[in-house]
Amino acid sequence: MSANDFIQAAFFLVIVLLTVKPFGTYMARIYEGSPTGINVWFAPVERWFYRLCGVKPEEGMSWKTYAFAMILFNILGVLVVYAFQRLQASLPLNPMAMPAVSPDSSFNTAISFASNTNWQGYGGESTMSYLTQMSALVVQNFVSAATGMVILIAIIRGFIQKQMNTIGNFWVDLTRTVLYILLPLSIIFAVAFVSQGIPQTFSKSAAATYLQTEKDSNGKPVTEQDIALGPVASQISIKQLGSNGGGFYNVNSAHPFENPTPLSNFLELLAIMLIPVALCYTFGYMVKDRRQGWAILAAMFIIFLPCLWFGIQIEQQGNPLLTKLGVDQSATALQPGGNMEGKEARFGIANSGLWAISTTAVANGSVNCMHDSFMPLSGMIPMWLIQIGEVDFGGVGCGLYGMIGFIIVAVFISGLMIGRTPEYLGKKIEAFEMKMASLVAVIPHMFILLPVAIAVLTAAGKAGIANPGPHGFSEVLYAFSSAAGNNGSAFGGISANTVFYNTALGISMFFGRYWLAIPMLAIAGSLSAKKIVPTTQGTLPTHTPLFIVFLVMVVLVIGALVFFPALALGPIVEHLMLVSN
Amino acid sequence: MLLAQIRPAIVSFILFTVLTGLLYPLLVTGIAQTVFHKQAEGSLITSSDGKILGSSLIGQNFDDPKYFWGRISATSPAYNASSSSGSNLGPSNSALLDEVKGRITALKAADPSNNDPLPVDLVTSSGSGLDPHISLAAAHYQLARVARVRGLSQADVQQIVDQNTQGRFLGLLGEPVVNVLQVNLALDDYKK
Repeated sequence: MSANDFIQAAFFLVIVLLTVKPFGTYMARIYEGSPTGINVWFAPVERWFYRLCGVKPEEGMSWKTYAFAMILFNILGVLVVYAFQRLQASLPLNPMAMPAVSPDSSFNTAISFASNTNWQGYGGESTMSYLTQMSALVVQNFVSAATGMVILIAIIRGFIQKQMNTIGNFWVDLTRTVLYILLPLSIIFAVAFVSQGIPQTFSKSAAATYLQTEKDSNGKPVTEQDIALGPVASQISIKQLGSNGGGFYNVNSAHPFENPTPLSNFLELLAIMLIPVALCYTFGYMVKDRRQGWAILAAMFIIFLPCLWFGIQIEQQGNPLLTKLGVDQSATALQPGGNMEGKEARFGIANSGLWAISTTAVANGSVNCMHDSFMPLSGMIPMWLIQIGEVDFGGVGCGLYGMIGFIIVAVFISGLMIGRTPEYLGKKIEAFEMKMASLVAVIPHMFILLPVAIAVLTAAGKAGIANPGPHGFSEVLYAFSSAAGNNGSAFGGISANTVFYNTALGISMFFGRYWLAIPMLAIAGSLSAKKIVPTTQGTLPTHTPLFIVFLVMVVLVIGALVFFPALALGPIVEHLMLVSN
Repeated sequence: MLLAQIRPAIVSFILFTVLTGLLYPLLVTGIAQTVFHKQAEGSLITSSDGKILGSSLIGQNFDDPKYFWGRISATSPAYNASSSSGSNLGPSNSALLDEVKGRITALKAADPSNNDPLPVDLVTSSGSGLDPHISLAAAHYQLARVARVRGLSQADVQQIVDQNTQGRFLGLLGEPVVNVLQVNLALDDYKK
């Protein structure tokens, strides 16, 4: 890790930590309904929303009604996004005359965007009309992010309420999230992005004359460069803020129009981390014990920081096979050096490594470099961060509620070890909570490893693999990890826009999202109905360094042990082959 | 109770679509076009007679010795700005080594006497296939060749390179880079 790598990463993390308290407090106040300014000025709009929807905002829902409303709203999203893609040829705002998207790709993309995964089986600028991008995909970027956040808030209510049968109103939580958190931030970030050069226009693509005439694959001269444009900035801000990650262009934030400058890169990274990190503070604020929020954040950083250091370190060392060809990969004043295949010159190693680790720690999935071209071990880190369940820091809302699932497991195990009834924040953790939390910990593994096994055993699965040898296996493993973890990044060489992958990945994304959300809402309902047990001498404190380390161990043991055999077959074998070659 | 959720689901979906799928992008477009019109339209470079020469953010392909060359582009054809793509070649893939060797051979053929070490970004593919930049080392490697082919002094070419170099933001963020299209446009203008 060069000094430059260290300084840039450290500066970024300090800025992120500075936002935690103010922004975490702001979100808590929004969800509690305390006046913050914006929710006073726009209160008439909010009330008007409820009147049109026929919602009584003071009326709470049982966890089952809450879950039903969430699923209904999400299924509606899937259907509408599917319809937009299939009908885009006959709809307006299609200046590049994009034809209808194929049924299997539309199915995959619809689930992908509704489930907050934003896996891109398609190339945005060569597939989607402007209308599909902004009125189907952007809308899902907002509401799928909001869905994750409101489930978290419902679970927090489970901890703070006493003997209640309700966990809040889904429509109220959803509306407040979009109106007061996501929308204002998106507008601010989008304007900042345009200032850096991200396009925001409804004009069709621009035709430039090449300075040096090109030749196509048949040797015919090509004189014009067709430069794809569109309403990009408004999509990029919510893509990053909402842990979505689905880009306007095929190569996502590696594209100079999606991430033109070091400053845009910094702001996009900040937008990726902002909400997931601050929600830990929101949690502590709402349960009236801020140490609990800081403790969770500390556990997350204990896992994140070594991954970050290791990932950048390996990429900075470069590829030994290129050194043999006389290529200079050293970091000097004139070049960042390192493994530059698949990376952009303006980002170098520091910002590519920082991004790759951050976008997979957060279930964002946007990329500013090609993970497929990472060195084997540094490519393994993003994959593994997804596999531990996207709980560190995870997507907006869903990362923290996944972590709460792990906390319940940790509290239960430690309770058994010291012979006390497990409690968390004054609520007894009993068989029902433990069953539901086990589902949360185990389901993603099933929807990663089973389809990987099917894919590598079938011709349809093997047909999509681009790189030979163990790296090809890594591509498949990464794809299903990304889908079930609702991340969305890829080892992009894989040809996933086929009936097999579109269907299999679509199923993994669907169950990876909703089969976690529903058990967590069940926990919320069950906890909400319980009494709050007073803290005594016998209560296990959950904000101490001891518990933080114990929680980290639980996450690591469940995540690391399950995937070690698969990782050994992919990146680890590839690394051994590469160093012995 | 469950049936009562159908109306809010449908109506709120429509409201959110209008709000975040139409009003929001239109508002951002309005602000962008007013305040940052040039950036919002793709940072295009136009000649004095109004012809579009490219975008300062999108690279173009160069393999003529009189120009600075950029990163390898994995798009088809190279630097296809309507279909971005990285190579996605894995680090142990022999196709990656072939690609790098091919670039090294081409660079040596254009400048046989140059025995400097090859800067890594000049022999590898960018992430987007459209990278407009190269490192200062990659520019330095090509400087003597460009000066010789054009009959210019190295100091003159260095000056043009410096004029088209962007440092780190606030001396801190990102990497210092040279904009390949802009430096080549400046070289062509300089000759006249």
